[in-house]
Amino acid sequence: MTDEQGTSGAILVVGGGISGLTAALEAAEVGNDVFLVEKNAYFGGRVAQLNQYFPKLCPPSCGLEINFKRIKDNRRIRTYTMTSVTAVSGGPGNYEVTLETAPRYVNSNCTACGDCADACTDEIDNDFNFGMNKSKAAYLPHEMAFPRRYVINKDALSDEGAAAVKASCKYGAVDLDMGTDSKTITVASIIWATGWTPYDPTKMDNLKYNESDAIVTNMMIERMAAPGGPTDGAILRPGDNKEPESFAFVQCAGSRDENHLEFCSYICCMATFKQMTYIRERYPEAKIYVFYIDLRTPGKYEKFREKLMKDEHSTFIKGKVAEIIPESDGSVTVVAENAMTGEKIKQNVDLAVLATGMQPSLNVDGAPVPLDTDPSGFVNSNPETGILSAGCACRAADVVTSNQSATAAALKAIQVSRRS
Amino acid sequence: MDKKICTYICTGCGIGEALDIEALSAVVTGEMSQECKTHACLCGSEGQAFLKQEKKAEGINTFTICACSPRVMQNEFEMGDDCITVRGNLREQVIWTAGDAEEGQEDSHKEWLQETASDYVRMACTRASKTEMPEAYEMESMNKEILVMGGGIAGITAAVEAAKAGSKVTIIEKAAVLGGKANGWVKQFPTSHPYAELEENSIASMIAEAESDSNITIKTSTEVARIGGSPGDFKVTLKAADADSEWDAPAKVGVDEQDLIDKGEKEDPNEGLKPYGEVNEKADTFGAVVLATGWVPADVSEYEHLGYGSNDKVVTNAEFEAMAKNGKLEGINNVAFVMSPGAEEHDEDFPYASSVTSMVALKQAKYVRENNDDAKAYILYQHMRTPGNMELFYKGVQLDDGIFMTKATVTGVEGGTVHAKDTLLGEDLELDVDLVVLAAGMVPTTKDANIINLAYRQGPAFLDLDLFDGYADSHFICFPYETRRTGIYACGGVRKAMNMQETIDDATGAALKAIQAIESADHGVSVHPRSGDKTYPEFFMQRCTQCKRCTEECPFGALDDDEKGTPLPNPSRCRRCGTCMGACPERIIGFKDYNIDLIASMIKSIEVPEDDDDKLRILIFACENDAYPALDMAGMRKHKLNHMIRFIPVRCLGSVNMAWIRDALSAGLDGAMLLGCSYGDDYQCHFVKGSEIASTRMENIGDTLSSLGLEPERVRSESVAITDYDKVADLVNDFVDEIVELGPNPFKGF
Repeated sequence: MTDEQGTSGAILVVGGGISGLTAALEAAEVGNDVFLVEKNAYFGGRVAQLNQYFPKLCPPSCGLEINFKRIKDNRRIRTYTMTSVTAVSGGPGNYEVTLETAPRYVNSNCTACGDCADACTDEIDNDFNFGMNKSKAAYLPHEMAFPRRYVINKDALSDEGAAAVKASCKYGAVDLDMGTDSKTITVASIIWATGWTPYDPTKMDNLKYNESDAIVTNMMIERMAAPGGPTDGAILRPGDNKEPESFAFVQCAGSRDENHLEFCSYICCMATFKQMTYIRERYPEAKIYVFYIDLRTPGKYEKFREKLMKDEHSTFIKGKVAEIIPESDGSVTVVAENAMTGEKIKQNVDLAVLATGMQPSLNVDGAPVPLDTDPSGFVNSNPETGILSAGCACRAADVVTSNQSATAAALKAIQVSRRS
Repeated sequence: MDKKICTYICTGCGIGEALDIEALSAVVTGEMSQECKTHACLCGSEGQAFLKQEKKAEGINTFTICACSPRVMQNEFEMGDDCITVRGNLREQVIWTAGDAEEGQEDSHKEWLQETASDYVRMACTRASKTEMPEAYEMESMNKEILVMGGGIAGITAAVEAAKAGSKVTIIEKAAVLGGKANGWVKQFPTSHPYAELEENSIASMIAEAESDSNITIKTSTEVARIGGSPGDFKVTLKAADADSEWDAPAKVGVDEQDLIDKGEKEDPNEGLKPYGEVNEKADTFGAVVLATGWVPADVSEYEHLGYGSNDKVVTNAEFEAMAKNGKLEGINNVAFVMSPGAEEHDEDFPYASSVTSMVALKQAKYVRENNDDAKAYILYQHMRTPGNMELFYKGVQLDDGIFMTKATVTGVEGGTVHAKDTLLGEDLELDVDLVVLAAGMVPTTKDANIINLAYRQGPAFLDLDLFDGYADSHFICFPYETRRTGIYACGGVRKAMNMQETIDDATGAALKAIQAIESADHGVSVHPRSGDKTYPEFFMQRCTQCKRCTEECPFGALDDDEKGTPLPNPSRCRRCGTCMGACPERIIGFKDYNIDLIASMIKSIEVPEDDDDKLRILIFACENDAYPALDMAGMRKHKLNHMIRFIPVRCLGSVNMAWIRDALSAGLDGAMLLGCSYGDDYQCHFVKGSEIASTRMENIGDTLSSLGLEPERVRSESVAITDYDKVADLVNDFVDEIVELGPNPFKGF
């Protein structure tokens, strides 16, 4: 084990989602020292929010559990949550990186007993569930959160809430005076695995996301379908909790569109087919309408599509959605032109699901340090400088492809360590 | 090591309030005859300091921590390489799942809870006394060179990238030159923004880079006859391409088949070949293997309406590329590209196609246009597949006036006329063209041949590739490189139809995995998923009856055997799941910290009350990968579990030896359940076959129980996913209800 400041051969991985975890573990299991930093309070990133993976329909937390176990068993990886990179100087083989850790307000004495959450009287929007429910202001981000340590949103605490939370902890773990912590580390290379953010649906005026509860995003459906989600696995229309009898999937919501994301977001077609299985499990007879430009389910995903296209209550319409009209009864009408027939379609449904695209997170939050990116915000990998990218920070991709790229980035990083 | 054991009971997180800690300590000091101390918060800074002091001042080296789940506070209770830590789960599996007492049962509830906790403490103490310090396996010889099979883009990339990390590499290529399919390409896809223009073929410079690297040895016109041995010490016999060798890997011959061969009733497929177990003294040694043997163009002659094979105007995309490469596009001015062969039956792409075939059509349409300004290309697709940034290339191609693209159902090709329906133009289409190009798929070389040619007990090929249409792929979305043959990593077209950029990433990743497998073998530790595990299965061979179950059932083919059938372990192939241990009827296989005696002793340490129908005992073996975490979360969500249940975590259900079940029932426990991962085509078992094998064994044990006069319903195997935390309580509680219905084990007390 190296000292806290790292060694000249260490690798910094920025982002602890599936790509960052993979890059960090694969490098560490070769024998390299790795710093893994994550800005959220937990590791797992975007996939931690998914109910299932396509096409196997297996839970992502299963693979995350294995990865977390690998991290716990590996002394070469040092992990930091709630931490961001604020400055980088130096060059390949010898980068000096400043890390800033935001206060968690819960220190390492936390036993994860949950007494603080029980005692807490203040509530906040649950970001993990896209604000579809509330959590206490002293909370565990989700069931599977790793590290299993509570977090406090101090800004949301009332005076009495703060007192209650503080008094509830028998172990002295609540520290509301905690400040931002800053440290400098030295590393040979940096892998940006900062992932993606669902494209902001309010940017598409015609889709009226803000004007009806009956318009949700595909990521919201993932949370609803998840057993620990805001509805305990039920897919309901937000607002009135209606069990929808009809669904519309609006493909390419923001993708393949020069006014929004010019690239194809790779996963949305498969995600829609996957979400059709969620709906079928819960509503065997519900009508499903899928509005698409192309159904991009290449290679082994073609079989998955084939199976679901046989669904007798589903209709597939080649045509980009022009508009969604909120109706007074809480439903919405999806308007599109059928590209095959030229017919104008107005389909009323109980719930419209926007298959929102994948925006590189660095393009949403802004890169903390100057980075070589393409106009979409994807980070160009450069083995010479040792500034590398992996997963969806690099390009839109599914999990398998992201992990290939993360494993590749790990070797590129090791090469920098070994040549310096 | 001389063990100095002490049990530490944490009274934090409500454990102290819910349980009689004094009585619990008395269990340790009394019947378990071990030292016991308590602490108000073991994981806190004071608690950790206390434990460190115990190590230093008291010389404790085996810590039995009875506190929270082993899934949490692992670092806090990590006492160093010279110590053993064993965990007893009093929080998640006892007090958090206790639930509220039913009315009138308040006293019993407290008593039951105390009994449950006492049993977990007994089991933890037993585990501590039975666990031995693992010592990593040391290989007799260690070779760190990587063998790359296949010298196309994937193989060259894997070799060059591994060499850049300092590895020695040998590339073997069946053809006389390196380069593979890429040698025949005119141009390649764009790889950087704005993804507008095709790029010059870079294969020549890639070959030059490999050739000039002093770490890389290149052997062309060469193939693998067989690969034996294990990571760190693979024995590879190479041969001239297409030649026959007595060292060619023999086919697997089953016992029945061998019988027929011996009787002369069947031809011996391995006639003239050396037995799989024979070692070629002249073989080359390698540490790991990257399989990059690529793909072959798919046969498209089955689609009669498209006329391939009978109509000389119809060619495949691969043939068209060759025509373009060889300057044979003269007079070819109108070309139709057909993406989907299904006519009106279906809208799928050709078999073994992927987004690459869409991209190839776009690329080749550009060749048509570059060849002649007046030429026209027609792309007839059902779904244009240009994912990610390839969309930008597609957009660029759309701007070309001479390239027409439409969704279309191609119903037939007659001479130079293509008939299509359901087009975006709203009408049927008849296109007169000079050439029709079919978007044939890429069939992995592993589909119809062994390719990897392993001289393994379980046969020469990867197993169950039909699940992946013949691709040498992993079944794990999270772990794309993990196949059932440790130390061998596939990449490129043999694994999935992929474009060049993805192939380069994939090959680089495979190179890392190869290096990692070698490093792990060198350190004597396991690779994924039990990465870093120093334990390995040890065999007490004197009692082996050569039943061959372990060699047959190992999901990773880690065990070879000698002529008599005695297993020959290869620890660096082993993933430490323990399926061999579960298989062995003689109970002679075990790990230092996980073996038949250890678990059997834990079972025996469970107290079995007699003559009390409220105190039946149900044993549940829970897979530590998915079932155990699900149970933990059931605890976090305060789901009540029946107080009669006792859980024992296992590495994989495959490691559960049926002797444990018999031990449990003969000790008077009333029922036993296995909780593990789902199996079948979409298996989630991290050891691929463990849960499936366990369920088969459980079917058979049912018969054994019947013959003993015990109801087969007393044992059961169930699948749970890690996310089933809201269902698992009902699942196990219902099982307990059924056992209660059956009544106590009639053997109780005997």
